[in-house]
Amino acid sequence: MYDYADFDNHFVRNRTAQFRKQVERRVSGALTEDEFKPLRLMNGVYLQLHAYMLRVAIPYGTLDPNQMRQLAYLAEKFDKGYGHFTTRQNIQYNWPHLTDIPDMLDALADVRMHAIQTSGNTIRNVTADHFAGAAADEIEDPRPTAELIRQWSTDHPEFQFLPRKFKLAVTGSKEDRAVTKAHDVGIRIVERDGEVGYEIIVGGGLGRTPIIGQVLNDFLPREDLLPYLEAIVSVYNTLGRRDNKYKARIKITTMENGIEKIRDLVDEKFAQLRPQFSGVDQEHFARIKASFPNPELKSADTGAYDAAYATDPGFRSFADTNLSAHRDAEHAIVTISLKAHGDTPGDATAEQMRVMADLAERYGYDDIRISHEQNVILPHVHKGDLPAVYATLRAYGLATANAGLISDIIACPGMDYCALATARAIPVAQNIAERFDELKLEHDIGPIKLKISGCINACGHHHLGHIGILGLDRAGVENYQITLGGDGGADTVIGKRAGPGFSYDQIVPAIERILLAYLDLRDGPDETFLDAFRRLGEAPFKAALYPEDKSNAA
Amino acid sequence: MPRPFTPKIVTANDLVTGDVIYLAQDGSWVGEMCMAALLDEEDAANARLFEAETQPHIAVGPYLADAKAGANGPEPTHFREAFRAKGPSNRLHGKQERQQEVQAHV
Repeated sequence: MYDYADFDNHFVRNRTAQFRKQVERRVSGALTEDEFKPLRLMNGVYLQLHAYMLRVAIPYGTLDPNQMRQLAYLAEKFDKGYGHFTTRQNIQYNWPHLTDIPDMLDALADVRMHAIQTSGNTIRNVTADHFAGAAADEIEDPRPTAELIRQWSTDHPEFQFLPRKFKLAVTGSKEDRAVTKAHDVGIRIVERDGEVGYEIIVGGGLGRTPIIGQVLNDFLPREDLLPYLEAIVSVYNTLGRRDNKYKARIKITTMENGIEKIRDLVDEKFAQLRPQFSGVDQEHFARIKASFPNPELKSADTGAYDAAYATDPGFRSFADTNLSAHRDAEHAIVTISLKAHGDTPGDATAEQMRVMADLAERYGYDDIRISHEQNVILPHVHKGDLPAVYATLRAYGLATANAGLISDIIACPGMDYCALATARAIPVAQNIAERFDELKLEHDIGPIKLKISGCINACGHHHLGHIGILGLDRAGVENYQITLGGDGGADTVIGKRAGPGFSYDQIVPAIERILLAYLDLRDGPDETFLDAFRRLGEAPFKAALYPEDKSNAA
Repeated sequence: MPRPFTPKIVTANDLVTGDVIYLAQDGSWVGEMCMAALLDEEDAANARLFEAETQPHIAVGPYLADAKAGANGPEPTHFREAFRAKGPSNRLHGKQERQQEVQAHV
């Protein structure tokens, strides 16, 4: 993976030293909170409901074992022994003291990590397909492109005070696991006549106004990427609204001005900027690319896998659910679920982090990924090693066979932690997972995406859930709205609100009714919830959700 | 017609720990809502808020929150303040952790 150059090291160390002084001045009273707040936000420090929260960037979700061990160390030394992996492939610590945060940032810098631009109206952590470099359907590893963008966008002097935050995602596969159409700018690596370039999508986003991104350029030559992105962000920086926070994202700019106007302005700006890029960026890109070599995959006997699959039902279930096809037939991609039934989605203890680091070192070519679905991925594991990996995961509560199932829920921190939340999300996820585990219906229901947000900002991506749940405050009481039919895959569909919301006590039974209806209505076990929903429309599911309406009508 | 004034407490977060704090009758900051001053009059509430705002070295983001009189002192009327007074519902962390420790020592 990318190793810091002296420049990067110096930059990160410098920033940490600056922040240490800023904290000292805040505590001494030399800085007011109004003065200090933008400085702390530039370094990923939020003040949440019960405590400060530090959000650490995990660029394109990639970690090596030592970085994961350092995250474990931070969890133990400065927090309460765990960390929370987020829907933007980051990790959050929920309980640090302000005065400890400079030490945390120093410890992160020791392993080439930081919290820069994880908050504020800047270009945020660039996300990428969590199966990058391993997926069978990949045109190219998206991470070198993501790293190039990270370096270009970090501390970019023109883009430190954008109208609003700005999120980019990169995918190298047709099956879009990076949800590129729900980003301010989505980048898809595409191939045309043997040449690799980029499809650029602009103006997508969730939040209170969910909008699917539109194609701004269907094939951008590789060498034009940075000047083109610079043109987009520059156009947004001048055109984006600053008068209304809720209309400030580029999705609104695009909607209000039209994609044609945006394209014309970007093309005009691009023509100005292009000559300023001499090609140094492409030389640098070549160096970045060389720092993401494919691991030298071993070839060995896979008999241990076959034997375990034939004899161990637990392993078989894990293999069927949590493994994905690797480009090399002897290897598999392992999804380690951070969604044990009843636990908090995305949380991992320090011990679990160390176990995953050790496994990556021993069996996984030193490669670890964080997915936006709040799981951990070992992207390259030889099939012959899978029984050993499974046994270790199992011993540490990490072998839950539920990847892609009803209990593999995305949930934002919600009102248990977040100062912006309007309702809780985590306990709803816990209760749903426990209920379906109790019913033993999870594997029968099969693939489904359930996503929960604790406020309209939609960090839990509820619009993209096959079933989405949005927690709101209705007259001082938690209330949960259900959306149906969303999908974050290659087509990207925003789910539709099913009807009136449900109370905290009624939301789990409501979800249960939808899924029992699905089991009755489906063509057979091969028809997924989403397929059945698309075939039948919302009516039968709404009827199951609101049985009293039916009786009233009768 | 203006809305009738409902009783309030002054609350904020501690500058160093981030912990939820409340302004007590004697002007000190306390960690438990039941020890906060319950302010029945609007002018008094605003004066107390102003007092809190002059202490940025202790209290971050002070504001007035609705509360009601309970058996042991002020109690929350909204679930957000109830969570702030207790801690998260998924883990026994925050104030509830310390409250339990206190009970264990009684």
